[in-house]
Amino acid sequence: MSKAKGKLAVYWAASCGGCDIALLAIDDKILKVSEAFDVVFWPCAADGKVHDIEKMADGEIDVCLFNGGIRTSEQEYMAQLLRKKSKVLVAFGSCAHEGCIPGLANLNNRQECFDTAYRDTPSTENPQNVRPRHETQVPEGTLYLPVFYDTLKTLDQTVPVDYYLPGCPPEADRIWDAIVAILEGKLPPPGSVIGSDTTVCDECPRKRTEKKIKKFHRTWEIIPDPDTCLLEQGLLCMGIATRAGCGALCPQVNSPCIGCYGPNNDVKDHGARMMSALASVIDSQDPGEIQQIIEEGIPDPVGSFYRFGLAHSLLRRGKLAADGNGHK
Amino acid sequence: MAERVGIYVCHCGSNIAGTVDVEEVARWAGQHIKDVVVSKDYKFMCSSLGQAMIEEDIKTKGLTRVVVAACSPHLHEKTFRRACANAGLNPYLCQMTNIREHVSWVCTDKAAGTEKAKALVSASAERVKYQRPLEPMYVDVNPATLVVGGGIAGLQAALELADAGHPVYLVEREPSIGGHMAQFDKTFPTLDCSACILTPKMSEAGQHENITLLTYSELEEVSGSVGGFTVKIRKKARYVDYDKCTGCGICSEKCPRKVIDTVFEAGIGERKAIYSPFPQAVPRIPVIDVDSCLYFTRGKCQVCSKVCPTNAIDYEQKDELIEVKVGNIILATGWKLFDCARMPQYGYGRLANVFTNLEFERLCNAAGPTNGKIVLRDGKTEPKSVAIIHCVGSRDVNYNEGCSAVCCMAALKLGHLVLEKTNAEVYSFYIDMRTNQKMYEEFYQRLLAEGMHFVRGKVAEVTDAARNPDEQGKLIVQCEDTLLGRQRRIPVDMVVLMSAMEPQADAKELGLKCGISCSMAGWYTERHPKLDPVATMTDGVFVAGVCQGAKDIPASVAQGAAAAARVQGMITKGRVMIEPIVATIDEEGCSGCRICNNLCPYNAIEFDEEKKVSRVIAALCKGCGTCVAACPAGVITGAHFNNQQIFAEIEGALWDAAAAKTEEETATQSVSA
Amino acid sequence: MSDETFEPKIVGFMCNWCSYRAADLAGSARIKYPPNVRIIRVMCSGRIDPTFVLKALSLGADGVMVAGCHPGECHYIDQNYKAMRRFGMLKHMLAAMGVEAERVQLVWASAAEGQQLADAVEKLVADVRALGPLNWPGNWNEHKDRLEAIESMVKEHAEAMEVLP
Repeated sequence: MSKAKGKLAVYWAASCGGCDIALLAIDDKILKVSEAFDVVFWPCAADGKVHDIEKMADGEIDVCLFNGGIRTSEQEYMAQLLRKKSKVLVAFGSCAHEGCIPGLANLNNRQECFDTAYRDTPSTENPQNVRPRHETQVPEGTLYLPVFYDTLKTLDQTVPVDYYLPGCPPEADRIWDAIVAILEGKLPPPGSVIGSDTTVCDECPRKRTEKKIKKFHRTWEIIPDPDTCLLEQGLLCMGIATRAGCGALCPQVNSPCIGCYGPNNDVKDHGARMMSALASVIDSQDPGEIQQIIEEGIPDPVGSFYRFGLAHSLLRRGKLAADGNGHK
Repeated sequence: MAERVGIYVCHCGSNIAGTVDVEEVARWAGQHIKDVVVSKDYKFMCSSLGQAMIEEDIKTKGLTRVVVAACSPHLHEKTFRRACANAGLNPYLCQMTNIREHVSWVCTDKAAGTEKAKALVSASAERVKYQRPLEPMYVDVNPATLVVGGGIAGLQAALELADAGHPVYLVEREPSIGGHMAQFDKTFPTLDCSACILTPKMSEAGQHENITLLTYSELEEVSGSVGGFTVKIRKKARYVDYDKCTGCGICSEKCPRKVIDTVFEAGIGERKAIYSPFPQAVPRIPVIDVDSCLYFTRGKCQVCSKVCPTNAIDYEQKDELIEVKVGNIILATGWKLFDCARMPQYGYGRLANVFTNLEFERLCNAAGPTNGKIVLRDGKTEPKSVAIIHCVGSRDVNYNEGCSAVCCMAALKLGHLVLEKTNAEVYSFYIDMRTNQKMYEEFYQRLLAEGMHFVRGKVAEVTDAARNPDEQGKLIVQCEDTLLGRQRRIPVDMVVLMSAMEPQADAKELGLKCGISCSMAGWYTERHPKLDPVATMTDGVFVAGVCQGAKDIPASVAQGAAAAARVQGMITKGRVMIEPIVATIDEEGCSGCRICNNLCPYNAIEFDEEKKVSRVIAALCKGCGTCVAACPAGVITGAHFNNQQIFAEIEGALWDAAAAKTEEETATQSVSA
Repeated sequence: MSDETFEPKIVGFMCNWCSYRAADLAGSARIKYPPNVRIIRVMCSGRIDPTFVLKALSLGADGVMVAGCHPGECHYIDQNYKAMRRFGMLKHMLAAMGVEAERVQLVWASAAEGQQLADAVEKLVADVRALGPLNWPGNWNEHKDRLEAIESMVKEHAEAMEVLP
C-alpha cells in the first residue's frame, strides 16, 4: 500500500461496551481496517494511554469512533481531547448519538442515581452510606474522582461532531458501510447521520393496512400474528418512526421495534414524532376513553418513546430545580 | 444568500399606536432582527400609499421577504399579498403579524403591548425567511350542479341555475319535491296561499329541460373536489315504473290499505300504501310503502297492479345506484320538527288537544285532512279558545339554545287563521315577540287589532287537572305573566305548540360525506357567518335554507338564489383557483407505514400498493396539516406551514427567552474550544 | 427572578378557523386579557405537532396553549380529535418528565367565543404565574464545579505524566 496508514481511535464513555463488540463483529473485515489504519487508541481492545493522545498534535488522528454519552467530567474531558486531536469525530452508536439507555437516567438527578446505586438496590451492602466524592483527602494528598453530572449529554451536546452512526449497537453491515465510505472518501456532508433515509417499516416484511388502535398491549400480553404489522395489533412498535438500517431485526422475530436507530433525518424529537403518529390513530373521540387507552396502554411514556433518545430530545431530561444543581 | 426582509409596522390611526409604541417596534426590529434591511412604521399600511411604499421598497431595496405588522391576516392578508405580487414578489413571501386584534385591542399597558408586538414581529420575521414561493393551482369546473333537497331553498337554487342554462341534478328523499312549504296553508305576513306560490315552482322544476329530478333518492357517496365531484345517488325502489306511470292516481284510490301519514300530514291524516304525498306532488309518480303494503307484508292483494291502466306497477323493482358528475354541490336539506313529547309538561301525546304547529298547519290547510276546518282531535268540535305556546324546544338550554326565527310570525299567522275561521279566543304565550323583517311588525299590530291575546311569559305547564268549575274539561295553561307579574291559569280547548326547528337527524352524516361541518347546534357551518353565508369550508359545496340555520321562506329563497349565483360565478369562470397550501409526501423517504392513510377526512391520501408509498392527491387536499404532524418519519411537508417555518416562528416568538439559552450554550462551547 | 416581576412567557398555537378567530374577536370586542400569550397560527389544531410544544418549552416558554375548534365543529371535519388525542399523549409524557399539567393547556374556542378565549388565557397565565418560571434551558445547567473538575484533571495529568495540556 503506497498510501500512508491513517490513525484510528476508538473510545467509550457512558456506554455498555456493546459498541466496541459491534465493531469487532464486522469479522475478518477488521483486518482490512487494520490494513488501512493504525489503531492509536482503543482502551477496550488495545493498550494505550491518555497522555499519548495528549501529546499528539491537533488533528493528528484521522478518525475517532466515539461511543457512549457524557455523564462525568472525565468523559467530557476525553470528548474534548479527542475532538481536538481528530480530523473526523464520529458519534458511534446510540449512546454517543442520542444518549441511549444511560440517558434515561436523565429522568433523575445525581442524588437519585447514587441513592439507587449505593443504597436502594437489593444487592447493595453499604451501611456507612459511602458515596463517590469528587475529592477525597488521604495521607498522601488529595485524590480526585470525576464529577458525576445530573444530566447525561450526547457527544454533540458536548463537542462538535462530524458524523453519526446510529444503532444500539450499530449493525455490522452499516459499520462496514461507514468504514468503506471513510476509506473511499465518499462521506456525506458533515453533520449527517450515516444511514438510510427511510424508516424500519421500509425493511419490515409485515403486511400493513390503515391503522386504528383501540388498545395498546405490552409485549407479554399477546402473541402477535407473525404476518401483520405489529402496531396494528396494538404493540408499541417504534418502527414507523425509527431510521432503517437494521433490517427490521426485531419485528422479524415477532418483537416490536424499540427505536434504537433513532429518528429519521430532520426529525427534531424522536419521541414526539412517535407520540404524534400513534395518538393520531387512536380509535376514539371521547376524551375520557382516549386518556384511558393512553394511560393503561402506555404506563411508561418516556421509557417507551424516549428509550434511546431522551438525552437528545428537545427536553433532554426530566425537570430539575431551577438552580440546575439537581435539588428538587 | 441571506434574505432581505422588510418590516412594516402599522399605526392603524390610533388603533394600534394607542397601546403599542409602533416606532419603537419598527426601530427595534430594524436593529435586532437578522436580515432585516428595512423597518418602517406608517399611519395606515393598508392605504394605497402604504401599499405603494411596500411595493417601492421591494423594487428599489430588493426585498425578498415582507412582514406587515398590522391587523388580522383574515382582514388584510390578501391586500398585502397583492401589493407584493404587484411589485413582482411572490405573494406567499409576505407574512402578516396581528398586532391589532391580538395586541393593541386586548392590552391595557403600552409597555407590555409593545413587548408583545416585538415578540410577534420577531416570530413573523424569523418565519418569513423560510417561506417559499407558491403558485396557485387551477382546476376546471364541471357546469353541472347537484342540489340536495327539494324544498323551497333547493328549488330556488335549482331553477336559478337551470334558467341560466346549466344542468342541475335535484335530489329529494321524499317521493315529491316541495318540502315543508308544501304542507302550509298560508304564508306570513302576506297570507298568500302557500301552495299557490309554491306549486308553480315545483312544476317548473319538474318540467325544466335542464333539471334532472331525482326524487325518492338519497345521496350515497361524494368523491372528488371542487370543479369535479363524482356523486353516487341511491334511487330507492318506488315499485312503480317511472316511464310507464301517468300519475292518474287510480292505484292510490283503489288501494285497500290506509295508514297514518306521519310525514306530509304530520300524523293527523291518512294515506294509502301506494301513494303520492299530496295532489300537486311533483313528480306525480306514486311509491309503494313496503312496510304497509298488503302484498309486501302478507303476499297477496296486488290491487294496484290490477287497476293500473299502463301496467306500471313493478313489485320486483330494486334500488338503483346512479353516478353523476358535477362541479358544485348545494345542500338545502332543511330541518325537522322538535319532538314535543320531550317536554312532557306541555302534554303533547298525552293530552289529546295539544297539537304541534305542523299538525295545526295541516288542520288549517284546505287540502288537509279536515278540509281546512279547525277542529279538536275528535274531528268535529270547533274550539272556543286556542292557546299558542311559543319557543317550544327553542331558546331553551335544555333543548335548543337558539331561536327558531320563524315561530313568532308563524304563531301570529296561525292565530289569524283561528280568528278568521272560528269564533275562538286566541292566546299567544310568548317570551319575546320577534317581528323584525319587512311588514312583520305591521302584521303583529294587525293581530293585536284583531283581538288576539298576548301573554308574556314562558308557559310552565299545560294540564287537564281542573281547580275550579271553569277549568273543568279544559286544558289549563299555567304561566307567569311577566308583564302583570303574577301567575295565570288560562283554560282553553286547544293548545298549539310552536315547536323548534332542528337539524335533520342525518345532517351531520351528510355533511361528512360532502366534507363540511356542523355547528354545536347541528346546522351546517358557513364559511363566514356574515361575509360568506352560503359557501362552506369545502370549496364547491354551498348551503342554502334552514340547513344552515333557522330562517323563514324569504331568507331561504334568498339563500338558494345566492348559492346559485355563487355556483354560476364558478361556472362562468370555468376554472377555480385552489390555495396551494397542500401537503406533499417525499416518496423517497416514505416507508409506507400507512399511519397517515386514514387521517384524511377528504380521502386525499392514497396508498400505492406497488411502490409501497403513500401519496397526497393535491386537488383533494385542504391543507389542514394533520398528516404532516402525524408522519412518524417526518417526510410529509405542509406547504406554507412546514416544520422549519413553524420552528422558526416559535424561536422568534421566544426571542427574549431563547436569548438565555444561547448564552448558556455559548458558555458550554467556550469550554470545548 | 422574584415572583413579583415574573411575567410568564407563553406560546399559543391556534387554528386558523376557530381559535385564532376567537382571538381576533376578543380584539374586535376590546376584551382585555393578559399580554403573555404569543399566538402562532396554524391551519388546524390537527397541525399542532407535540414537537412544537416541546420546542417552545425547551426554548424557555413557561407555558403553552393549544387551541382548536370545539370537538365536532372542526373546519376540517374531525381533525381536532387528532389534536385531542395527541394532547392526551403529550400530557401523559410531560407528567412523567415532571412538567406540571397546568403549564400546557388545551382550549376549545369557536370563532364566536372571544370571551371564552380571553378567559382561557387569563386562567393559563394565572396558573403558570402561580407555578413560577419553568426555565427549561437552565434545566441542564451543570454543576458549578464542572469546569474546575475538568481543569483539575488536566492539571493532574500534566503533573503525573509531565505532559503540558
